[in-house]
Amino acid sequence: MTTVALKPATMAQALTRALRDAMADDPSVHVMGEDVGTLGGVFRVTDGLAKEFGEDRCTDTPLAEAGILGTAVGMAMYGLRPVVEMQFDAFAYPAFEQLISHVARMRNRTRGTMPLPITIRVPYGGGIGGVEHHSDSSEAYYMATPGLHVVTPATVADAYGLLRASIASDDPVVFLEPKRLYWSKDSWNPEDPQSVEPIGRAVVRRSGRSATLITYGPSVPVCLEAAEAAREEGWDLEVVDLRSLVPFDDETVCASVRRTGRAVVVHESGGFGGPGGEIAARVTERCFHHLEAPVLRVAGFDIPYPPPMLERHHLPGVDRILDAVGRLQWEAES
Amino acid sequence: MTVMEQRGAYRPSPPPAWQPRTDPAPLLPDAEPYRVLGTEAAAKADPGLLRRLYAELVRGRRYNTQATALTKQGRLAVYPSSTGQEACEVAAALALEERDWLFPSYRDTLAAVARGVDPVQALTLLRGDWHTGYDPREHRVAPLCTPLATQLPHAVGLAHAARLKGDDVVALALVGDGGTSEGDFHEALNFAAVWQAPVVFLVQNNGFAISVPLAKQTAAPSLAHKAVGYGMPGRLVDGNDAAAVHEVLTDAVRHARAGGGPTLIEAITYRIDAHTNADDATRYRGDSEVETWRGHDPIALLEHELTERGLLDEAGKQAAMDAAEAMAADLRERMNQDPRLDPRDLFAQVYAEPTQQLREQQAQLQAELDAESEGSHR
Ligand SMILES: Cc1ncc(C[n+]2csc(CCOP(=O)(O)OP(=O)(O)O)c2C)c(N)n1
Repeated sequence: MTTVALKPATMAQALTRALRDAMADDPSVHVMGEDVGTLGGVFRVTDGLAKEFGEDRCTDTPLAEAGILGTAVGMAMYGLRPVVEMQFDAFAYPAFEQLISHVARMRNRTRGTMPLPITIRVPYGGGIGGVEHHSDSSEAYYMATPGLHVVTPATVADAYGLLRASIASDDPVVFLEPKRLYWSKDSWNPEDPQSVEPIGRAVVRRSGRSATLITYGPSVPVCLEAAEAAREEGWDLEVVDLRSLVPFDDETVCASVRRTGRAVVVHESGGFGGPGGEIAARVTERCFHHLEAPVLRVAGFDIPYPPPMLERHHLPGVDRILDAVGRLQWEAES
Repeated sequence: MTVMEQRGAYRPSPPPAWQPRTDPAPLLPDAEPYRVLGTEAAAKADPGLLRRLYAELVRGRRYNTQATALTKQGRLAVYPSSTGQEACEVAAALALEERDWLFPSYRDTLAAVARGVDPVQALTLLRGDWHTGYDPREHRVAPLCTPLATQLPHAVGLAHAARLKGDDVVALALVGDGGTSEGDFHEALNFAAVWQAPVVFLVQNNGFAISVPLAKQTAAPSLAHKAVGYGMPGRLVDGNDAAAVHEVLTDAVRHARAGGGPTLIEAITYRIDAHTNADDATRYRGDSEVETWRGHDPIALLEHELTERGLLDEAGKQAAMDAAEAMAADLRERMNQDPRLDPRDLFAQVYAEPTQQLREQQAQLQAELDAESEGSHR
């Protein structure tokens, strides 16, 4: 057995490493976006790429999101593999027409003759004290668009593995990067990064018997914290990290819920019309006879993202998660 | 120290020298749309090219009338005719080399056909049996694009990618006058100019966006003038003069191929038919305007020139018409056959590999189809 020296790395560093390795392995990989070149991106995720690969491979584009994604479509039509950076969640909206009308459906409308292997990196979510328009959780829009994969890592290793898989995918991938986990650290050996993770597999982050917390991205660490706190209440919670919202891993999720009989979906995105509704419905349709209680949701409120001084009231936290767990009809058990 | 406290020591100095980043004068379009037919320039035009353009225009007009007739027979869901605009459609196809790419809008079926796309496959979108009926790579014709101006950034990206790869490929993107108001028009032109991408934009200003005239679309002196703001040359051309459109496009394509960057061309033309067969043009324009433009018909203009110069006789006209009729007959015959439809195609190629959810939905549809066919056998 080889021993590898584990070093702490941040999620942002793992993402940079994934981009770098992908560019080194495949000359058709091109990074493009606002400030991604000289500056290395506002979150420094593209740091050093322009220097190492030249500005033709890591390009500061004009400031226009539809233009960035629209030109990426043409580049992909010519055989390149563009990796587009949207500077912030809410600034990806100008690119929606290109995303929905072309990126998501080009393969289908051309009967497979013109696939578009584009990765769209979007820093998303709140909790970093960002002012208006810097903290949206926009995943429900992407999930509602057939033809896109929607992927979001919660760990340093997954950030590397899932981004490599996304860039290698022949389908367009919306790669959602939880902003507040950019600086999260984990022991990870950058010289021997974890193998490329297949897109579409959820993972059990913590095993438990009492109930399942189904979550993803920035809410994964919150759920793990809640699971620790729940031990005091006598609950042994399982935490499933979805990692990929599309394709959705019904198998892993349902296997967990069938074991525990109870489930809470946790995410920052608003509850109404949010991912949790879809997930709760899928679980109920498939696991109805195993359920001891209705599937509950802990989500952001159905409000425009709040100002930073109030955001802690909006974000799902440990207490709100434990409250929901407490409402899973435990009395029926005794 | 505040500015007020500083005042004693403050010495005003001029800002750093300013100058325009490029000289705008050479980018400006001419005062008049460029013309060849009926001018001295016509004598220099290649007779072979003019005859070829003529044959293609006659064929193109016939394609438009045949496709419109097919809508009446229920064989096409809708057809946006380019009658009156054939010079632009045909010249766009002929100005390109094999390796170049064409990015058409929904009105440019004819340009796709003139470039070699099978006439029936080109109508797949409008018949409604699939979205894109041809392999875009075969003739390097992007899918006919319906969301206005969204194909323009694709053309820029493709041209940019080709240049990065060291290929001398040019992209030609087509758009209507209404489409120039869209944000994607602006973004595409800006990216093209900043990247000096080998791309040519041809705006067919046919007077209307469905019912809305150009005056409600822009306050610019002309659409070609918009080029100056992006730092690329703008050119105005008589869009019904096939020789002029061909020359201006060929120049711009050559310029782009040589590394000179993009050009915006505005072709002044007119949409003789309604927006589509489903539109009623009498609600927004009068007959007299249409009649005026019929007097400046692209086919008649070229025919007149060729006849005057002894390059076309009755037999030549007849030959062009016969070829067009043969194309129309073939189109009629093939379009009168029912298209092959397979509901399973709905799930193919949504992703490279169908997701588990799509597999389940496909199985559901299959069960419905099986039940349907069992019912019909009973
Ligand atoms: C983004 C978008 N908005 C609206 C429409 C509906 N629409 C289809 S054609 C058209 C008019 C376009 O006019 P123009 O660009 O001048 O082209 P033309 O039809 O005259 O060739 C409109 C409004 C559309 N296809 N796409």
